Amino acid sequence: MTTAPMNLLSEWIVRQAGEEGAWFASRLHSLSSGAASEQDLHIFLGLIPRKLGKQDLALTSEDVRRAELAHAGWRPQGWSIDGAARVAALIGYQGPRPFADTFKDLRRTADAGELIALYRGLPLYPEPESLAFEVGEGLRSNMRAVFEAIAHDNPYARDHFDEHRWNHMVLKALFVGSRLSPVVGLDERANPELARILLDYAHERWAAGRAVSPELWRCVGPFIDSLDALDDLQRVMSGTETERKAAVLALTVNQSPRARSLLAASPEVARLVSEGHVDWNNLLQSEAA
Amino acid sequence: MYIDPHAHMISRTTDDYEAMAAAGIVALIEPAFWVGQPRTFVGTYVDYLSTIVGWERFRAGQFGIRHYCTVGLNSKEANNEELAEGVMEWLPRFALKEGVVAIGEIGYDEQTALEDKYFRAQLALARDLQLPVMVHTPHRDKKRGTSRSMDVCEEMGLDPSWVVIDHNNEETVRETLDRGYWAGFSIYPSTKMGNARMVELLKQYGGERIIVDSACDWGISDCLGVAKTAQLARQQGIDEATIRKVTYANALEVYGKSGQINESDWLDPPGIDQRTLFEGNSILRGGREPRIEVPGKQRGDSLLIE
Repeated sequence: MTTAPMNLLSEWIVRQAGEEGAWFASRLHSLSSGAASEQDLHIFLGLIPRKLGKQDLALTSEDVRRAELAHAGWRPQGWSIDGAARVAALIGYQGPRPFADTFKDLRRTADAGELIALYRGLPLYPEPESLAFEVGEGLRSNMRAVFEAIAHDNPYARDHFDEHRWNHMVLKALFVGSRLSPVVGLDERANPELARILLDYAHERWAAGRAVSPELWRCVGPFIDSLDALDDLQRVMSGTETERKAAVLALTVNQSPRARSLLAASPEVARLVSEGHVDWNNLLQSEAA
Repeated sequence: MYIDPHAHMISRTTDDYEAMAAAGIVALIEPAFWVGQPRTFVGTYVDYLSTIVGWERFRAGQFGIRHYCTVGLNSKEANNEELAEGVMEWLPRFALKEGVVAIGEIGYDEQTALEDKYFRAQLALARDLQLPVMVHTPHRDKKRGTSRSMDVCEEMGLDPSWVVIDHNNEETVRETLDRGYWAGFSIYPSTKMGNARMVELLKQYGGERIIVDSACDWGISDCLGVAKTAQLARQQGIDEATIRKVTYANALEVYGKSGQINESDWLDPPGIDQRTLFEGNSILRGGREPRIEVPGKQRGDSLLIE
């Protein structure tokens, strides 16, 4: 049976909060009554880390499964208990103004931890389309953790971004040294314009003598033919071990004879890929190991 | 391991953060202040407060320094009544943010009626929210302004053990300590305290309730004021316990009353804190000896920019 995200969050927080669980539940209840003011909301948001602490939210694999059922693509792994409680407060709060107005006001005065919580909750808020401007402000943030609150483990971008915004989010992730594998919907939202932007970006990096993230080629792979990118993939193939794996992963989705022959030149890696030992999600982990 | 409990990093460069981390600064407190030019809109003031609770904290974290701040309406801008009224409406929201360790820096500049009005209003706010206070004492008519600041704190019902009277000098320190306040000293060339004078004061007064800070800002000032004072004190034979009090433990004790600054924040940080991207302190991680380097040294030493 599916449980609403709000109820899941409450359940997890109360379970972990010990004595303060009752405080949280009763304050949340009064915020949802329709009689609470925005000041009540501000005070509650301010008190949350003081009362509940800032530990990681302790989740079981069953919790994670229920989160996926409650909202496709929602991955609360890595959330903190205070962040989860703040998101629950925002979902629960019944105020007189449109949700986006309340959100804007909170975002303008948020500290670093609050910004991250506000943006992690994006997929779960009412009227998600109305938050387009606010999301733009978060994407433009120079605080990497704030940007990642939107870009990583969050299905809002996949579900609501237009192509231009999506493409620039992916490009920025690479530009600030962030990972691509936690981006929800990366393969579903692949498009030729993004592949072109990323290929240009790779050329720019090479010209400057800088490294190119192996993850970049994931978004180029499906468009190798239209971009005439086989020379580039050949160059990646001759790079580091991780780059070779990335090139193989990208070439695997291309059917041209030249792609086949490039793959044939790296039979070891090609075998690891075809047997499922190497994929885009573990590519950088194997580099660290 | 030092804390600089008064540093306006919004006016400083990354070279300074690097030099401070290398010199052993593990945490610093950024008081809200006058940025060198008056703000004329409430909104710019609000954005400034947002910056010191958010962006500046992130910037410091990249260099392994934990960043805290105080929020308040400074004395100069208290003289713009329209601005002051607006800021006072927003302040309570910022006072409850994470890492806000006090209301400050507040107090007198020219000791006008409006300065007095908003000083008192903010003391009441600190009292009601149970937050410590950082008092800026005036540059001019200093001795009387300092006494008056303490009079007003007491009139407003504050406990002196929750109040830091900052920018003390030889003329004000006795009264500050005798009345039970914490005495801050800003090691700031030309206009405030020099570190050789500071060491003499430590010889005379010891380390109880004395706090050394740099107050580095947009003026000619030294972000290594705390580390250099500790080193000079050591050379002059001041005992380690006293040095530790005035460059670390005292600030931690008084601002710790807020519940928003804990030693474990830097002694026991996660490897990389995913939620704030705090990079951990390289000195603590690698066991390197703190060293005092000229800020910007990197710029001078290397011709190559990669």
